[in-house]
Formats: sequence, structure tokens, C-alpha cells
Amino acid sequence: MDSRTLSRRHFLGLVAGTSAGVALAGCGSSGPSDKGSGGGGGGTAAGAASYWFLTVNPGEQIRQDSVDRFNQANPNTKIKVTKFANDAYKTKIKTAIGAGQAPTIIWGWGGGGLRSYVQASQVEDLTSWFAENAAVKDRLFPSSFGAATIDGKIYAMPAETVQPIVLYWNKKVFDKVGVEPPQSWGDIMSLVPKFNDAGVAPISLGGQSRWTNMMWLEFLFDRIGGPEVFQAVFDGEKDAWSNPVSIEGLTKAQELIKANGFIKGFSSITADSNADQALLYTGKAAMMLHGTWTYGSMSEQGGDFVSGGNLGWMNFPPVEGGKGDPTNTVGNPGQYYSISSKATDAEKETAKKFFATAVLSDAEVKEWLDAGAVPIVRGADAQLGSSKDTEFLKFVYGIASNAKVFAQSWDQALSPTAAEKLLDNIAKLFQLSITPQQFANNMNQVIGQ
Amino acid sequence: MALPALLVFVAFAVVPLVGVLLLSFTSWDGIGVIRPAGFASWRSVLTDPGLPHALWVTFVVMALSWAVQTPLSLLLGVFLAGHQRYREFLAVLFVIPLLLSSAAIAITYKALLDPNFGLGAGLHLPLLTQDWLGEPTLAMAVIIFVVSWQYIPFHTLIYQGAVRQIPRSMYEAAMLDGAGRVRMFFSITLPQLKYTIITSSTLMVVGSLVFFDLIFVLTEGGPGDATRVLALDMYKVGFQANLMGQASGIAVILVVLGLGLALLLRRIGGGGSSASQLEGL
Repeated sequence: MDSRTLSRRHFLGLVAGTSAGVALAGCGSSGPSDKGSGGGGGGTAAGAASYWFLTVNPGEQIRQDSVDRFNQANPNTKIKVTKFANDAYKTKIKTAIGAGQAPTIIWGWGGGGLRSYVQASQVEDLTSWFAENAAVKDRLFPSSFGAATIDGKIYAMPAETVQPIVLYWNKKVFDKVGVEPPQSWGDIMSLVPKFNDAGVAPISLGGQSRWTNMMWLEFLFDRIGGPEVFQAVFDGEKDAWSNPVSIEGLTKAQELIKANGFIKGFSSITADSNADQALLYTGKAAMMLHGTWTYGSMSEQGGDFVSGGNLGWMNFPPVEGGKGDPTNTVGNPGQYYSISSKATDAEKETAKKFFATAVLSDAEVKEWLDAGAVPIVRGADAQLGSSKDTEFLKFVYGIASNAKVFAQSWDQALSPTAAEKLLDNIAKLFQLSITPQQFANNMNQVIGQ
Repeated sequence: MALPALLVFVAFAVVPLVGVLLLSFTSWDGIGVIRPAGFASWRSVLTDPGLPHALWVTFVVMALSWAVQTPLSLLLGVFLAGHQRYREFLAVLFVIPLLLSSAAIAITYKALLDPNFGLGAGLHLPLLTQDWLGEPTLAMAVIIFVVSWQYIPFHTLIYQGAVRQIPRSMYEAAMLDGAGRVRMFFSITLPQLKYTIITSSTLMVVGSLVFFDLIFVLTEGGPGDATRVLALDMYKVGFQANLMGQASGIAVILVVLGLGLALLLRRIGGGGSSASQLEGL
């Protein structure tokens, strides 16, 4: 579901607001790269490109509409789409790329996954194309380019929407129990027994999906010690997980679990089923830490929960004595479209034309806004007022543009190998079957992999 | 005549098997270049504490699912071997789970067992409102239950067929000697079913090595790694952690285990001597 798909995201500390760390200006390679040839997986007619992307609305329809508009304008170089469910797609795209059968346009999450394609020389270097088409680049959030950039070169077109992770709360439940939303970690901990006494689960969590648990650690680490703590892991520093901040964050997470902060049975709830969201909007749970992509599905499935103004939201509160900037956030800085290096030159041209003319066109931007999401286009805030979800959109836009650091989610930033190990150990940590120290030891072994 | 079968077998069994064996001596992320790595992948596979755990979980699933399924399907098979009308009707009902795909079954059970929105919560039955898939022991029990629910019909069919093969004359003779139902069951039916039991057990045991879809959908190996069987471990290592070399190593272990168990069961069953039990017939 959207949750899973859109949630696999991110990359590391992209400093929102700073100009993209990537020097764009005239990066050395020659013109629009025209070297590779050899049959790509999809397109048959010369110049007819193929494009694989994810199902699940509203994204599916919006992606399809953009392709339809492009095909109408370019009847000779049409793009053929194939759609996949999230989990199926992740395996399929990897296998297809490994077998040299990738589509022309590869829909992805940037970060560590993109890096593995780059290392295998399977995706086009778009640095010089962006240099020549500065207008395409300059209209996007600079912070969205971090996860598209591997070793100083841009390998993907940032697209779609920005999706920070935020703390949602059910206003009705808070009113019923007679408490105020938390302003700090201490508040969260003291709210836990109050909700439990009232027979409401304090926090909803789709723990079987594992990355859902990870979001709590991402914020704890950041609020306690700042983004440097995970950056050290990402940079491959020896024993980076044994940092006292890391141990403190892991310990705090376990304290919350031991205090029954999360709903009973959280480890068998999947985010894919949207059951975690259902717990929040049905009032069985009071809070939920989740990506902004869940806003759309909660308004769709939650009856009048969202439209009736019962959903509250905030950035993750600070931890007492923590060094992290409370404006920082974690999440999806965008989605990422790459071009297969195995595609023919004509197919690549079509893809680039698609990027330049159809991706995040004004019509697409409007569709995203109507779906309650913030596209990664500068100045999109000017259009926020016209949407029915103005308040939420402004909040998301504010987080994205004010965040000192907008970090990419850990599992997307790391290599697939390290990410799998991380998720595995997070599941055990939340199961209380390993201690923070054991977690650190296990994870130190895979640093740099 | 045997040639097409042989070709298919070579193409779809032997070649991939050799491929996996070769891959286990390489390091490959599934996308990039395949690099020979000697025993590096094997070293990581064999030193990973996850391996003995996955082996143990696999063994538990195998042993428990065998222990639950065999007596039940044997008894059901004997029961359904009768030619009474109502039994034939019941036989049709019993086969229904066999018609469903494992994934569909798993999704259905997952929804039914959901502690917040499932059957128990819906009917307000506290007994059914357990954290079925979130607690290591319960999750294992649920898996055994669902596996049995799905496969007992199949083994029942096997037993039903086999029981009908037992010559009536044996029962008639026993009846003349004054044997009761229980006695006949233990002295005629059970011994006559010896080979069927071995066949069905082999299918169960070897089949349980490759339970994947069901567990993948129900628990994804969780909670933690409580239900992470070998086949699931292989998938996760290969397709989620992108370590194809190590995943191939695990696959080889699976193959060796499966072959070993199949051979062992044949040995127990009197090793290949296809002597007839139907003396005089």
C-alpha cells in the first residue's frame, strides 16, 4: 500500500534550504549521453519507451495521467506503462535490472537502492542533462536531489511529493481522556499510562513491517544527538552504533515498549494493510508516527474522521536534554525516476523528454495537491490555499522547507544488505529479545557493507 | 519415451541446481557483476547465528506439522473410505481447502486472527482475541494449524485411496476370527497402510522444508525471527539483503536436507524392496 511504497525512501541528511549539495554547473561529461545501445526491456518501436511504476491510488492515477498527457502530445514516441504492487515491484525491478531487462524509466526511492544500480552501471548519469536543462532542475526542491546523487553525480530525476514522517493524534480520544498533545518525549511517556488506564492504546504501530518501528528510532536518535549520529553509521565509522546517543535512543524505545506504549499485538500488524491507520481513526489508539502519505488514505477510509477535523498532527517533539534540532525531520524527500543505461538512445531521448515536459507538469502538480500531498515543486505553497486540505498541506510544506535537516529513512539510505540487517535487528529490539547493547554489537558488524 | 521427461528434468531441476551450487561460491548482489568469492559466502552462511535458528524453526515446523497431520489424515482417510452417502458428501467438503492457494489462505487467516479487527474482536470473544501472530509460541501454533488445515485434505485423499485398496477378504477373515473394529484397524488397516504412511510422510516432511508463501504472508518470519524457516531465510538473504551468494548457500543446504530426509524415510520404510504386503493375492 501507499504506506509501504512511499515509505521506502530516503537518504541522508539533505540540508533543506541549502542549495543542492551537487554542483550542477557544467559537470564535465559530454552532451546528452548517447553511447549505450542494445535492446532495453520494454520499448519496441524506436523511441517508444517503457515505464514501470507502482499501483495504489491516488499515486497510480496521477502517474497514469501524466503518461497519458505525454502520449497525447507525442504520438510517435509513446510511453508504455506496466504497474506493480509495491512488494512485487521491489523484487521484480531488481531481477529485471540484473537480467538487463529493465524498463526505460525506472521508478524508485533513490538512496542505497539507487547506489546499487549505479555501481552495476545500470542507470544513466543525468548530471550533464540537468546542467543543460537548468530550468527543470531549478524548479524542484533542492533538498530532493540528495537521494538522487551518488558520489557527486545525479542518477535520477526527483519527482512526485515530499513526505516527512509526522506524529498524528486523534483529537477525539485526547478530549475524551482529557489530555493535551505531547510537547516532549517526557510528555509521551506520561501520556502512556493515562491512555492505558482509559482503555485506549497509546500508540498505533504496524510493527510487522519493521520500518514502522524504525521511524521511532530515527526520531529518537535525531532528537537526542542530532543527525550526526546516524550519519556516522552511514559514513561507515567503526562501532558507530555504540555511540552513547544510540544506546540511549534504543533504550528509550524499549522503555516505551515496556510501558505498553504501543498497541498490544503491534508486532503482527502490517502497515500494508493500513490496519495501523484504522486503529488511529477508529479511536482504538491515540497516536501514530507515520509518513504524510497516510493522510490521503485516512481521509479516504476514515469516514469523516479527517474531514471532521479529528486528526491532529505535529512534528516529533524534542527529547529532554537532547541536542537535535526539533525542526529536523525524516522521510521521503521525493520519489526518483532513473533511466536504464541499457535502453536505446531513442528510448532515452523519449524518457528525458518525459522528464522535462510531463513530470510534475502544472496539471500533475494540481492533481497531487488535490490528493493532499505536497509536490516537490518550488512555489507549490502558493497553490496550497485552493485545496480542501490546506491546513495539512501547509504544515507539510512548512516542515519540508523549514527542516534544518531532512534525512532520508535509514533503510533507504543504507545498502540493501545493511538495511535488511537493520530491519531484522529492529524487529528483535522491539520484541525485547535483544538488548540495546546487543543491537549495537550486531549492527556494528555490518557497518560499511 | 523417457527422453522428454529427462530433458525437462535436466532443464528445470539439474541445471538450476548446478547454477545454485556455482553461485554459492560467488558474491553477487543480483544486479551487478558476479564475482568468484571462493568459500567467503559459505563462511558467512555457516557462521551466521541465524542459520542454526532457522534450521531449528524448520525442524519444529516439520516435526509438529507431521505429528498433527498424520494421525488426523489417517483417521479421516479411513473414515472416508466407507461408501456411505454422507461420507461421500463430507469428502467433498473436506477437499475444499485443497482448492485454495496458500497465499489466499494465509491472507484470510491473517484477517480472521487480527487482534483488533479480526474474528475475536468482531464477535467480542476474549478467548479468540489473542495476539495470535505477535507472540512467538502462538504464531508457531497458528502456522502449524493453518498448514494442517490446508494439507490434511490432500493426505486424507491419499489414505482414503489406500484404504480402499485393502482387500475386503482380509477384513472378512478377521471378522470370522472375531476381531473388533479397533483390532482390525491396528492389525490390518495400519500395517497395510505402511507404504502409504511413508509416502505421505515423505511428502509432508520434504514439503515442510519449502513452506514459504504461507509463513511469508502470515508472519514474515516474525515476531522477531520466531517463525523464520530456512526457505524464508533464503528469500530474505537473497532478495531483500541482495546477497545471492549466501542465499545460494542456504538453498544448497535446503536441497541436501530434502534429499537426505527423503532417502532416510525410504530407508526406514524398508528401502526400495517393493515386496507385496498382500500375501497370496
